Amino acid sequence: MRLKTFVAVLGVGAVVACAPVQSGPTSSGTDEKSGQLRVWLFDEVNRGPKEAVVKEAISEFQGKHSGVTVDVQYIQVSSRAERFKAAFSDPKSAPDVAEFGNTDLAGYVSAGGFAELDLGSWGEAKDLVPSILDTAKVDGKTYGVPWFVGVRALYYRTDVFAELGLKPPATLDEIATTARQIRQRKPELIGISAGGKYLFAALPFIWANGGDIAKQDGGKFTAAIDSAEARAGVAKYTELIKDDICPPAACAGNGGDASVEAFRAGKAAMTIGGDFNRKSVDASSAAGKYGVVPLPGKTAGSVAPAFAGGNLLGVMKGTQRKTLATEFTQLLASKKYQQKMYAAMGNLPTFTDVQKQVADSDKFLEPFTKTLQSGTKFVPVTPAWAKIEAQAVVPTMLQEVVTGAKNVDTATADAAKTMNAAFTS
Amino acid sequence: MTAKGQGRTAFAYLAPALLVLGGLLAYPIYQLVLISLYDYGQEQVSGGAPLEFLGLGNYRNLLGDRQFWGVLGQTVAFAAVCVVGTLLVGAFLAILATRVRTWVRMTLFLAALGAWSTPAVAGSTIWLFLFDANFGFVNEVLGIQGFSWTFDKWTAFGLVAAQVIWCSFPFVMVTLYAGIKAIPGEVLEAAALDGASAFRTAWSVMLPLLRPIILVVTIQSIIWDFKVFTQIYVMTNGGGIAGRNLVLNVYAYQQAFAASEYGLGAAIGVVMTVLLLGITMFYLRALRRSGEVL
Repeated sequence: MRLKTFVAVLGVGAVVACAPVQSGPTSSGTDEKSGQLRVWLFDEVNRGPKEAVVKEAISEFQGKHSGVTVDVQYIQVSSRAERFKAAFSDPKSAPDVAEFGNTDLAGYVSAGGFAELDLGSWGEAKDLVPSILDTAKVDGKTYGVPWFVGVRALYYRTDVFAELGLKPPATLDEIATTARQIRQRKPELIGISAGGKYLFAALPFIWANGGDIAKQDGGKFTAAIDSAEARAGVAKYTELIKDDICPPAACAGNGGDASVEAFRAGKAAMTIGGDFNRKSVDASSAAGKYGVVPLPGKTAGSVAPAFAGGNLLGVMKGTQRKTLATEFTQLLASKKYQQKMYAAMGNLPTFTDVQKQVADSDKFLEPFTKTLQSGTKFVPVTPAWAKIEAQAVVPTMLQEVVTGAKNVDTATADAAKTMNAAFTS
Repeated sequence: MTAKGQGRTAFAYLAPALLVLGGLLAYPIYQLVLISLYDYGQEQVSGGAPLEFLGLGNYRNLLGDRQFWGVLGQTVAFAAVCVVGTLLVGAFLAILATRVRTWVRMTLFLAALGAWSTPAVAGSTIWLFLFDANFGFVNEVLGIQGFSWTFDKWTAFGLVAAQVIWCSFPFVMVTLYAGIKAIPGEVLEAAALDGASAFRTAWSVMLPLLRPIILVVTIQSIIWDFKVFTQIYVMTNGGGIAGRNLVLNVYAYQQAFAASEYGLGAAIGVVMTVLLLGITMFYLRALRRSGEVL
């Protein structure tokens, strides 16, 4: 009897009791002008030069603001999701300024993590490349300053092409034919190292064919990956991951890094790589015998729209030093320090004039800046995209086609269904 | 002392244990169930959006998802293979250990303990190195360079199952070895005097005596292998090509936690807990029906 009452009380308590925890509104309202400014930047394999530039910016900043110290923490890219989620849930452990990937922006903003930035008073802002600045916007509001941009182009082995008397492909459709020829005549080589998980290599194929991942209509997204144009792009890309070009057993599981790795190891005649892959390729067996051209579009002479990847610097919503944080963001993202970061890390600047300067001084960058100038595209700017990415919807779709588990029509239709579920949730 | 007083004393003695159990078990489960009834994502956690009570909405979504059922079936089959494999290998080596010389047994135990104490991530990575398509030792020995073990669905599952068995058989082996050693010598002697064959002794004398221990290691193995995460996540790179090597835990992580859908993730957690409790209860009842005193 006694026990029953006890259980009953517990049960009633549980039903009446609270909902799951939520942390309160994160905007602090205070704006202190001194103290410690906390900054999160991404750790990198070869961090030394980056750290040196950042230190220079810090001493300049601390020289201008007495009583202010800047503490930088380098966080791992692979665990960034957990770190940022924790920071949003507990503003006390959060930084004031943070570097983050532009594809993460929409999710972070809807989680209430980053503050809106007013770039109007910042003189240099007008020189930012518009399509790159767009990657820092959600619903027309700016939440970050583009710090650097990354685009991909077609890497190819000059020695192999010369030996076989081939020219770099001039159209998107020629990529497959050229790659097939190479593998036919040199069976030990992969024609083009493409990956089943390499989303940013597949997207240009979809965009060049006139398709897109999703379309926006009045603030609402609907999947467009099952449109005829997108399907043509998916078919073109997955054609590359076949035994006569890039065998599925070796390529289906590869993402971007693994795809470039095969090229570095000298096992592939072509790959799709970024400007940021240059150093690692130069330190590999392909060094000195490779060239880069923009990924060609549907017609000869055109360029397939590339994905405008890159990182932003933003101010956290919960910061107690918003003015200082904004000033430091603008300093680190300024033309001066972007130039220094280019020299140190090879990061492509986000200002039109700085971009032109570095491209003029370095021929290697030409295919990349040409790609940037002919127009880049981006993934859907909605928090749902983070979910779609986490659930690996597009890679799964590509892999299903590559392994023959589904044909292009079914795989894209299923992916569209999953995406629409995410868009409407 | 009255019956009531006795009950009160008993309760007082049990209170500390109940308190610990309540804190460590009941409260998390209560939270898990609670969260599973809400639309609870990152926006809700950090206060960017209001909470929405869904009732059984998360469960409806989950149970209506075809992929969930596929993954569930895969998980059950995978766990079954791992449990049977672990028990067979563990039992075989335990028996072997009772028959060999001391130094051989010591070597066997040290090797097993090494496998047991290797962290799952390290163990999985080392196995991946061993079975690497181009540079792996195994492919070199077999002369099949270029063969990818992780590409095909079944070889990938087989490889992961082998790794899981490798790192969980030592527990079974050590426990069973201790059990065999604890069987009184007189019993075996009596069986021998009665003219029982070795097989007969094993089947009719040792096995019944070992049954409680086998029961414990089986339940443990079921629970462990049903919840495998690290090995699949590391060795098949997050669930294999096109997700065909997903098991329930990795699926929950990918669909729910990585995607910040904590409500859905909690629902998957509740379903797993209920399933495991169900399997354990079923197993215990089956044993009781076969006359085992528990």
